[in-house]
Amino acid sequence: MGNAIFQPSHFAAVVLFALFASTVFGITQRETPPRMIRYGIYCFVLFVASAIVLSWVMYFIAR
Amino acid sequence: MATEENKSDAAGSGTQSESQKGWVYLPLIAGWLVPGGGHFLLRKWGRGALLAAVILGMFVMGLTMQGKVYAGVHDILDILGLAGDLGNGLPYLLARMMGVGADQVLVTTADYGTRFIVVAGLLNVIAAVDAHNLRTGRKS
Repeated sequence: MGNAIFQPSHFAAVVLFALFASTVFGITQRETPPRMIRYGIYCFVLFVASAIVLSWVMYFIAR
Repeated sequence: MATEENKSDAAGSGTQSESQKGWVYLPLIAGWLVPGGGHFLLRKWGRGALLAAVILGMFVMGLTMQGKVYAGVHDILDILGLAGDLGNGLPYLLARMMGVGADQVLVTTADYGTRFIVVAGLLNVIAAVDAHNLRTGRKS
């Protein structure tokens, strides 16, 4: 591991988080591969979209 | 209990497949200790490889972000963090033994890294339970 430091932006971290979590959700929550892929994409879109919406909500609350 | 589950599996599908043999909780424990290990035991190679790549990737990424690896417990949030970290199984123990990961959160990305490590553990628990469900026949 050494001194390698990975410093993503907040949005990149959200996208990576969404990618990893939705992959596991897709595999574990559905039974057939086509439904796994569909559910994984659905979860990914929901993760990222809700992060964007909540970011704008917090932006307007902070103003 | 395990014997009854085995009988119901056999009754439902006619004959037990090769992957359905052995102790019923073995895929659950293997899946917890080694991400994807439960699925490998059940010969679900593709799912196992994908789960292993995703969970280990998230864990390693958390470490490279200088995420905190929970070791001691001081308050309730630390206990929850430690519980999540323990879900990683052997990778968590290896990280503790090798002394990787940060003791304290010093930079912003370290906070993300800490969450990545905890969530990787929680996802690993979900994957291990999925392997158990496959083993018992609750999921096909």
